[in-house]
Amino acid sequence: MNWLLEPFTHDFMQRALVGGALIGFVNGFLGGFVVLRRLALMADSLSHSMLPGLALGVMVAGGLSLTALFFGGLAAALFVALGSLLVARSSRLKEDTALAILYTMAVSLGLVLLSMVKVRVSLNHYLFGNILGLSNSDLWLAYGVTLITVPLLAALQRPYLLLLFEPAVARSQGVRVGWLNLLLIVLLVITMVSSVQAVGVILMLGLLIAPAATVYLLADSFPAMLWGGGFIGAIGSVAGLFLSYYIPNLPSGAAIVLSLGAIFMASWIFSPRYGVLRHLLHPRHFHDESLARWPGDEKDRPA
Amino acid sequence: MSNHQLTVSDLTVAYNRVPALHHLSFQARCGQCVALLGPNGAGKSTLIKALCGLVPRETGAISFHGHAVNGPNREFAYLPQREQIDWDFPATVRGLVEMGRYQRAGWWRWFSKEDEKAVAEAIHLMQLEDLVDRQISALSGGQQQRAFLARALAQQAHVFLLDEPFTGLDKPNQDNLKQLLRTLRDQGKLLLVSHHDLGSVREIFDSVLLLNGELIASGPVEETFTEENTQKTYGMKVFSGPGAGHHHHHHHDHAHS
Repeated sequence: MNWLLEPFTHDFMQRALVGGALIGFVNGFLGGFVVLRRLALMADSLSHSMLPGLALGVMVAGGLSLTALFFGGLAAALFVALGSLLVARSSRLKEDTALAILYTMAVSLGLVLLSMVKVRVSLNHYLFGNILGLSNSDLWLAYGVTLITVPLLAALQRPYLLLLFEPAVARSQGVRVGWLNLLLIVLLVITMVSSVQAVGVILMLGLLIAPAATVYLLADSFPAMLWGGGFIGAIGSVAGLFLSYYIPNLPSGAAIVLSLGAIFMASWIFSPRYGVLRHLLHPRHFHDESLARWPGDEKDRPA
Repeated sequence: MSNHQLTVSDLTVAYNRVPALHHLSFQARCGQCVALLGPNGAGKSTLIKALCGLVPRETGAISFHGHAVNGPNREFAYLPQREQIDWDFPATVRGLVEMGRYQRAGWWRWFSKEDEKAVAEAIHLMQLEDLVDRQISALSGGQQQRAFLARALAQQAHVFLLDEPFTGLDKPNQDNLKQLLRTLRDQGKLLLVSHHDLGSVREIFDSVLLLNGELIASGPVEETFTEENTQKTYGMKVFSGPGAGHHHHHHHDHAHS
């Protein structure tokens, strides 16, 4: 058991484990919304759009400042998200096209800003994260974001379920669709800002999507997807950290995303209901389909 | 007298300032099963969406039970067309029916005894007891229809707005759905159903509403669903603004594009 406890004796590992579990949980929880709302592409663009925020931080604070990243990232991401909506609504362009233009504009703006500062900055941490270097303020941010995002989304589960399932019906039942969509994007952005230090902008999409995709293949309930996603996100992050602790030179962010990816692949193959193995071994029998056509025979149908 | 009555007067609905429905007025009562008939683009879906507050009205008023209906209303249940539903969504039959209670139960309160009872009754009435834990894509087309009707029942809506529910159903399931619509009508629901199969109108519906951009005729099937009226509905071009060939009063501006 000693080998399991050893990482906990190091201060930096303690912080990484707590931070990783929190960030893994909140990303996994939020991932359910992103997967069901089909926002993965937008989430990816938004994560990249935070670059002007980073540049601003460098200009103001001379380094990767969390506050500047937070506000700069939030502003840039909201500009991209709302701007693409505006362009798509006011022209014949579709939203993905508008998104692609605006997010590359945001990234370019960030690069221009960075070129104007005298300090040479390495983009490595920004791109791939450095969870072993989590500071106390990073941890506080992770606590804060988790405490805002998870309870808020859990409390609004029912309207969100209606919205994700059938936006039109949700509106006809009085759900404020526009506000809930905006809130989701804001929460997505603050979660991303809190994840930059841990996994970087390239890998954070995996942290967001993989746990939710895993549960999507395992469960048929919305709450299960949210809490299960959070749980898997936390477990996967901790597992990745352990791996990177024991395997020399294994980058921690990559180890986390690979752990989550392995969990996803396992559910993709072995899921009792939606796994590929099940489809190969038990293809749906034609008779099932034909039986379903006569309502009186339902009782005899195999479950 | 206004009780249990849906009154639509002078309803005009436009998309991007191009009207899809012109000055529509009609009345319907609870306990009626009304077919919305008309060619493609006649405004059947538009009428359904306007009734549940999904598209803004240019002119006109809607009232139900003597109260004005503006925007979302829990007395109305909307059942969208099959293609608009994501059947892979993580929801079981029970989960789907429970969605119908969310508006009454509030966004975060636990379900009360009454909520549980309404869900159980809706499941029972739509003969779904054996299927409650099935994911919605693991149902036959007819069972899927019943599951969505059960949700509307759990909502305790009085007006059911069904968009082409018979499309894509085979004969046995169509017969089953007919039976269910009768059951709902006998429970005092008002059913407004967009429909395109003229051959089955007489056996399913007791009233018709013939549309072609405007109201052609409305009333009981025997009196209104006549050769002459259907000719008028389907025989002429979809109404597309002034100049379409017959007299029409406009109290609002049209965008000509």
